[in-house]
Amino acid sequence: MELEGAFTVDRPRDEVWAALNDAEVLRAAIPGCQTLIADTDGYDATVQLKIGPVKAKFSGRVAIAEAVPGEKLVLSGEGNGGVAGFAKGSATVLLADNEGGTEVSYKAEVTIGGKLAQLGSRLIASTSRKLAAQFFDSLNETLAQREEHVQ
Amino acid sequence: MKDSADTFSGRLEDRRFLTGAGRYIDDIVLGRQCYMALVLSPYAHATIDAIDIEDAMAMPGVLEVLTGKEVEADGLGPVPPFFMPKLWGGPDGYGTLRPILAIDKVRCVGDRVAIVMAETKDQARLAAEAVVVDYNMLPVVTDARAALAENAPRLWDDCETGNLSCKIEMGDKAKTAAAFDKAEVTVRCHLKSPRVAPTSLEPRGCIGDYDSAEDRYTLYTSSQDPHGFRSVIARNVLKIAESRIRVVSPDVGGGFGLKAHMHPEDALVLWASRRVGRPVKWIATRSEALLTDTQGRGQEVEAEIAFNRDGKVLAVRATAWHNLGAYFWGTATPPIFFSLQLVPNIYDIGAVDLTTHAVFTNIAPMSVYRGAGRPEATFLIERLMDEAAAAIGMDAATFREINAIRPEAMPYTTATNMVYDSGDFGAMIAQCKASADWDGYAARIAASEARGRLRGRSLISYIEIAGVMNERMEIKFEPDGTLTILAGTHSHGQGHATVFSQMVADWLSVPVENIRYVQGDTDKVLIGRGTFAARSSMLGGTALLKAKDALIDRAKDMAAIILEADKDTLDFEEGLLKVRGTNKALPLIETAKLFYLPAGPANALGIGLTGAGTSAGKPGAAPNYPNGCMVCEVEVNSETGALIIDRFVALDDAGRILNSTICEGQIHGGIAQGLGQALLEEVTYDEDGQLTSGSFMDYCLPRAEHMPQITSELLEVPCATNPLGVKGIGESGAIGAPAAIVNAILDAVRPRGVGALNMPVTQARLWAALRAAEEKDYR
Repeated sequence: MELEGAFTVDRPRDEVWAALNDAEVLRAAIPGCQTLIADTDGYDATVQLKIGPVKAKFSGRVAIAEAVPGEKLVLSGEGNGGVAGFAKGSATVLLADNEGGTEVSYKAEVTIGGKLAQLGSRLIASTSRKLAAQFFDSLNETLAQREEHVQ
Repeated sequence: MKDSADTFSGRLEDRRFLTGAGRYIDDIVLGRQCYMALVLSPYAHATIDAIDIEDAMAMPGVLEVLTGKEVEADGLGPVPPFFMPKLWGGPDGYGTLRPILAIDKVRCVGDRVAIVMAETKDQARLAAEAVVVDYNMLPVVTDARAALAENAPRLWDDCETGNLSCKIEMGDKAKTAAAFDKAEVTVRCHLKSPRVAPTSLEPRGCIGDYDSAEDRYTLYTSSQDPHGFRSVIARNVLKIAESRIRVVSPDVGGGFGLKAHMHPEDALVLWASRRVGRPVKWIATRSEALLTDTQGRGQEVEAEIAFNRDGKVLAVRATAWHNLGAYFWGTATPPIFFSLQLVPNIYDIGAVDLTTHAVFTNIAPMSVYRGAGRPEATFLIERLMDEAAAAIGMDAATFREINAIRPEAMPYTTATNMVYDSGDFGAMIAQCKASADWDGYAARIAASEARGRLRGRSLISYIEIAGVMNERMEIKFEPDGTLTILAGTHSHGQGHATVFSQMVADWLSVPVENIRYVQGDTDKVLIGRGTFAARSSMLGGTALLKAKDALIDRAKDMAAIILEADKDTLDFEEGLLKVRGTNKALPLIETAKLFYLPAGPANALGIGLTGAGTSAGKPGAAPNYPNGCMVCEVEVNSETGALIIDRFVALDDAGRILNSTICEGQIHGGIAQGLGQALLEEVTYDEDGQLTSGSFMDYCLPRAEHMPQITSELLEVPCATNPLGVKGIGESGAIGAPAAIVNAILDAVRPRGVGALNMPVTQARLWAALRAAEEKDYR
């Protein structure tokens, strides 16, 4: 299935780019993220998620397939939640200037399986929107706090 | 024979069921039993590259983990289809051989990959989660028509016809083409009968118990056909003598075709029990049931009808695709066959040209489900009839009356080679119209319109083919003069103990409370075919009648000695063996007791008084053709798509009625399942073959609020080809209801520009169709 959305982060583009590539920032902002370890071309992460009646810890790897600083990030990855199921897919993240700061838009192609599909498939789109909103909310918050800290 | 509903005050089974004393598989607890959990494929199509069981084996309570490797090492054989279309005169086709655990490849989500045995159910499940399977995903196809494309992913490498198992054709192409050429009008429909889940209240479950002292297996399983299960498991899987397996099916909480054939678990628990040396139990969770049970329907068809402006139908042509799923499993042949063969229904249709394709895809296997192909056939012809009547502005009932086969045409051979022995279809339609107040419709539609509602109605007919295979029943006197019936049929909600016991009680003039009814145990019953396809009234009933005759014949040998009369001069009447033209008589019960004395005439005649009888049906002997008529009226709220079924009349010809209350119970249950198919139920898979209707949150069953008040009437036109004159009734409601309901809805919304609706016609789908038609109107 395809998921897409766009959010505004009220910071300049280079700052947003840096944040999106900062493992510490990502770990704090990704809802349910328990561990996130960066290496040269991606991340290994574990995330606790609840989608409808399915609650599970997913562990997986996200690889950075393409990175154009300040502009574009292409990711691919897969996560496994044991009997809860699996998810795999790819996403393109685009950054653009807008009035409030930076618009971050994403487009993802996701395949899900197992219990996640059997019990939660009709909730994936709405849950992912909710999780994305949470992510950008906390990203905004983190960046704002950083600013205060600097001042 | 009298209708036993006249005298009975509930079924013999009811006390047990209503007081919670029924005995289902999960009620059986064997000493030292352990539990089996399944490792199921989360992928619709993948190779299995490796399975790591080390972590699972180390978990608490785990006794054993078994995979396809052990299946091969232990020499367990794969399961072929129960039978292929060839047995019924069809083509050879490609039949799959399915191992009880996948060996190197999975072909649908829910394919069994490994099993875990542990002390408790939870320990087994937790350990099953710890089994690590290394899959390599393969491309997936889920749609039958897409699977026939040249470049579609293939499921079976050695199937020379790609994903096509077989193509079945019926009728006469040239004659049909000629009829279409000269017809004044033709109309087309594109129809879909989605997959539905049988959803028995008691999910599938089984216990395997291997006795090493006797080197013998006992399988307790929720089955419609214990002897059939035993045959397949003994011959194909374990490759041992049938006498080394006992299958026990106690009370069974609903079958609907799902339990007509074994599933892999039935063999797995036996094998696992031998491996771990303890009884092994498995009960499906509801999620597992939706994932691993066989499903029903799954057909798509493009059909057309040729007719004249006077309403006379000349021919029907159709091309269909049946989605077999990943395997040709169990009894998949009947639905494929009957979906074509029953297309002529009760109508005199000169020519048909019908084709269906049985196609492999990466979804769960299809098999029989209440109706098995007959609902598809009925839906096809009855949708065409309604569209045809609408096209020439003729009343839907009149259109059918014009085409109904006349009673004087009996026996009538259809264009698909069925020979109807009896039926008064015109009278049936007339009576159904009267019961439903067909002629008073104008006032009702006006009243609906006054309230801003759309109203629609339908009148449909159905015909059923009932009575497959032969059957055996046995009646046995005990030494004290009480009786036991040993039944080859298997009741799982049909009330056989009530009906068959009452028949024997009436025939032999013995109190019904002195009759014990035994079924579902291969150690007690010599052989039986079980119950499905509305077969038991005719085949069980006729075999029971013959068993009674055999028993009386043997009783006469004894009476002849005691009464010092010639056997030929003896008559059996009202419980007495009488010497014709005298007042000498011997009660049957006293005669029976003489057969069990330690000395006396039994020395010469042989100990014991029993009688066994055999009946025969299709193939080789005549089946019966239950038929009926339904009128449905609906009211639709065009703003919300909400639907009310305001009137539902079902008139059924079940031949001679054995018990009208039980018949009506069958009709109600069948209609509930037909309503589910028409309005609510659909098994869905996404494009990757992932099941997306995996719980009752997404798979909607009918609730009390969905059910209309049903007026059920019975018309007794005796069957001419069996001595009881009975016809089946178990599937009838489910066969007719989808066509009746969908036709009524379309009649309501056709004036708003909605010309087609796919099942299930959910409120959302109906609303969307009404909105789409509205938008088209504005443009």
